Amino acid sequence: MNTIWALAGVVIKELYRRKDFYVLFVLTALITIATGMVNFFHDPKIVRYVKDICMLLIWVSALLIAIITAARQIPAERESRTIFPLLAKPVTRLQVILGKFLGCWLATGIALVVFYLFFAIVTGSREQHWPWLGYLQAVWLQWAMLAVVVALSLLGSIVSAAPSSTTTICFIAVAGILLVGGHLDTVALHQTQPLQGIFYTIYFLIPHLEWFDLRDRIVYDWGLVDWLDCVLATLYAAAYTGLFLLLTWFGFRRKSLNT
Amino acid sequence: MTKASPYLVLALLLAVCFTLATTLEPRAAVWSRHAKSNNVFGLLFGDGRRMFANEFFTMADVYFHSGYYPSIFDLREEGPKEIVAESHGHSDSQEDEKNEDFLGKPKDWIDRFGRHFRITEHTHLEHSHEREILPWLRLAADMDPQMIQTYTVGAYFMCQHLNQPQEAEAFLREGLRNNPDNYEVLFGLGRIYHDNYHDTNRARNVWQLALTCFMKQPPELQKENKIGFDEITVNLANLERDAGNYADAINWFQAAQKVSPAPDALQQQIDKLRAKMTAPTNAAAALPH
Repeated sequence: MNTIWALAGVVIKELYRRKDFYVLFVLTALITIATGMVNFFHDPKIVRYVKDICMLLIWVSALLIAIITAARQIPAERESRTIFPLLAKPVTRLQVILGKFLGCWLATGIALVVFYLFFAIVTGSREQHWPWLGYLQAVWLQWAMLAVVVALSLLGSIVSAAPSSTTTICFIAVAGILLVGGHLDTVALHQTQPLQGIFYTIYFLIPHLEWFDLRDRIVYDWGLVDWLDCVLATLYAAAYTGLFLLLTWFGFRRKSLNT
Repeated sequence: MTKASPYLVLALLLAVCFTLATTLEPRAAVWSRHAKSNNVFGLLFGDGRRMFANEFFTMADVYFHSGYYPSIFDLREEGPKEIVAESHGHSDSQEDEKNEDFLGKPKDWIDRFGRHFRITEHTHLEHSHEREILPWLRLAADMDPQMIQTYTVGAYFMCQHLNQPQEAEAFLREGLRNNPDNYEVLFGLGRIYHDNYHDTNRARNVWQLALTCFMKQPPELQKENKIGFDEITVNLANLERDAGNYADAINWFQAAQKVSPAPDALQQQIDKLRAKMTAPTNAAAALPH
């Protein structure tokens, strides 16, 4: 376990050495503050549009950080040939996968906490109320969703050699699931066979990441989600994460490390 | 050749920039007048910005429902937006509520469990939270200044729910500048003068102007927008009744009867006014000589 933590620590250090997080955070902060400063009909109590925009930026930024960080881990090790001394430590390939996953997941978690703190400060200063439990649920479920995304990106990085293509494909897949995934059953209803069957198969196979999106509940001040549902959703995310990590390990175990 | 100091080069570049700016600025002002761009959206998107206006107007309706809104996948007939209906004084009946339950029963376990995280309750903003729709209406007005509903709906919510008649008047006046002689905007203005400022004369003048503008429309449009005629004439009738001008009030009610969906209710109003008009005469006749 120490080996996995050590590998994860390196990935976390990489997050704060690279500029990705800072650039995305500054962009999010600038856009949010700029939109928050707009005066609509001289009413300073209008706040939901700021929350909406800020939450959207947080989601996009978190997805970018998770996918970009995870997608480059193994290809970068292979490219710079540091994978050989790493595996000679000795560290097993499973430990490499788990360490990289844990590092990316923790790194995105740290980024999420910073983003949500900023969100709470900006919106709380205007609304004068802080629904901390609601924020906790939102952060937790988003982080659980990002575990699936990180595992998917790691799997992608094993299949595809170039981090750029992995990043693009993963981003399109995740955005597609978030936007359309929950509606595939409705779409399938209006199709004829075999298209209907294909849509239903995709619908039941894909991880339903849209469940983890509590943005509307935060923006429109709806109450908390039942805690049991949060636990069940977390288990669902854990199952898909485990599946993707297993597939990544299978792929990485047989993979030639020479570039 | 001696090497120039970088500070001198920087100073020279700054001087050139300043000189160019003073030369180009008046020309740029002329270009912008040619483009008729009063705001940043006009400058960025040109006439293409009108495409976004309807999306922003829809966003206002989404906010009005606190996120409970059908997506493009929830195949539902596109009806009038509820913020528009509300601005015309329409509130949801049980039948309406039933029609707006676009979710229906869960189709499978994924759908059922997913609803625990979604907004599944049909509500409308209230207790001054209606202000949250205003940014989207402002953006819709910027994107398409000819979209009349934006001004009338925004003004209605500012007046009726947020107690901001001055802001509402300014918004409607902006609408009037962009759409001169529009009867709907004029009607909204009259409502502010009557309901909020209690300025009967000004309200009467504006509503009469609104009616004139309505009558200037082609007959097909007049037929299509007869609810507008109904609203203006009924409000004029109420105004005259409250001012004690019963004869004028009866005339307006009779005009409204031609297009009203409830002519009998208007007839009752007319009968009441006629009774009031004859009442003093009868009282005088009853007096002892």
